[in-house]
Amino acid sequence: MALKLPIYMDNAATTRTDPRVVEAMLPYFTEKFGNAASRNHVFGWDAEDGVETAREQAAALVGASSKEIIWTSGSTESNNLAIKGAARMYAKGPEGTKNRGHIITCVIEHKAVLDPCKRLEREGFDVTWISPPADGVVTRQMIADAIRPDTILVSIMWVNNEIGTINEVPEIGKLCHEKGIIFHTDATQWVGKMPTDVERDCIDLMSWSSHKIYGPKGVGALYVRRRNPRVRLEAIIDGGGHERGMRSGTLNVTGVVGFGKACELCREGMDADRERLYSLKQKLERELLSRLEVVQVNGHADRRVPHIANISFGYVEGESLLMGIKDIACSSGSACTSASLEPSYVLKNLGIGDELAHSSLRLSIGRWTTEAEIDYAIQAIEKSVQHLRTLSPLWDLFKEGIDVSKIEWQSH
Amino acid sequence: MAYSDKVIDHYQHPRNVGSFGTSKDVAARRDIGVGIVGAPECGDVMQLQLRISDEGVIEDAKFKCFGCGSAIASSSLATEWIKGRTIDEALTIRNTQIVEELSLPPVKIHCSVLAEDSIRSAIADFQKKNGLAAAKAETDAAAH
Repeated sequence: MALKLPIYMDNAATTRTDPRVVEAMLPYFTEKFGNAASRNHVFGWDAEDGVETAREQAAALVGASSKEIIWTSGSTESNNLAIKGAARMYAKGPEGTKNRGHIITCVIEHKAVLDPCKRLEREGFDVTWISPPADGVVTRQMIADAIRPDTILVSIMWVNNEIGTINEVPEIGKLCHEKGIIFHTDATQWVGKMPTDVERDCIDLMSWSSHKIYGPKGVGALYVRRRNPRVRLEAIIDGGGHERGMRSGTLNVTGVVGFGKACELCREGMDADRERLYSLKQKLERELLSRLEVVQVNGHADRRVPHIANISFGYVEGESLLMGIKDIACSSGSACTSASLEPSYVLKNLGIGDELAHSSLRLSIGRWTTEAEIDYAIQAIEKSVQHLRTLSPLWDLFKEGIDVSKIEWQSH
Repeated sequence: MAYSDKVIDHYQHPRNVGSFGTSKDVAARRDIGVGIVGAPECGDVMQLQLRISDEGVIEDAKFKCFGCGSAIASSSLATEWIKGRTIDEALTIRNTQIVEELSLPPVKIHCSVLAEDSIRSAIADFQKKNGLAAAKAETDAAAH
């Protein structure tokens, strides 16, 4: 098969919708277009059937009961609902007071977790921000050390979206259950790609998104545990009491149906997909490491998901590298911040030097990535890094044996 | 971000890339002025080396740049513009001219400022090495 350019390697940002998902959605635009909350006619019943089938499909993917799935607009909303909803529900004091409860999270979470936690700080909650070491992994022990008698909520992502590292999630979940603390995980980069069982993995609240797993954009889910313990949330969107009162608003029926189908496809093809992506990612990393000097694969050596590779190329600036590989769609740092000139806060927090953080690429592969595309990417990146190093004064200094970090630069 | 054709051209075919020797070599040469501006943590470092005659004519210019495509293009363009010019002429080059020539968007104006700074810095280095007075108001204006 001929290689078609440009190549898409930004599957951690979003994925192409699977054509089988689109097909499942189509009838719900023009034939079964009813409001799932309409109880008096067949249009409403058809829509409700579609939504409830999807709920079963989503629940089956994560080992939950369908009653535990709340539809949202995506992971950002799921995270907001989980974190603000749980904190406000289990607060130890009324609004306007201090010491309303302790929350534990981590500095390299997605902004959709960091920002709600910052808001809760302003609302009188106390937040501990865990700083993981350079390998990026948040361990059970780090949480155990941070827990206090007034801890009400722990929110730790399952997989970091920039570096792909896997946190000790079942272990942290178990710990939280022992201590009677609500545990939320942003599982956006985990669910659909890796086996998930909310019972076995001791999850109370879990966010994930349709468009990261080959479903449509604008729809997500929040798993809310109903037994042992029953988790209650204060809604952040009121009006009509849809979704068991936790999330009002007419459901995005077409999106929900597509999301359900996407969950089903992930469950069926997960093992084969995972093995294939793992071997492609291994090849990509291995080849770049062997062909180029001063290359670093960021994150833990083994505890990483098979679809995300975050690689730093020393003494090369990231934006110019992206320009040199313009036929490869990928990101430099997080897609949400790539409009700014700042290096990734995730890499910065992990203590990766600025000259390396400035030159990191996140290459994320998916269901349609081929080996020919990986080969193309390896060659294009190698060529571009070599070209930019012939231009780089920092590369010359490095080759002369001068430590660039020890020079006093005139910042501007 | 969309780059102008001129930026892409300079990025793909940068003019006058290189140096007149290692950092130690050029430090010892009185006919060469070296300017290094920017910082790695800001995402751009420009190095400009000028070979200047006794008469004050810039006979040759070489650059290296760690930075985005616009930074590379700005420094590449600067070398084209100053080769063969006198020191005084080179000091009249303004970052706004670079912005205009390369159609740089507002977020990339700092790249052109850096290129102007590198010219001033390299000339100042040459003047210092040769015990010459810095060209008065022009260099003061560069401090910002």
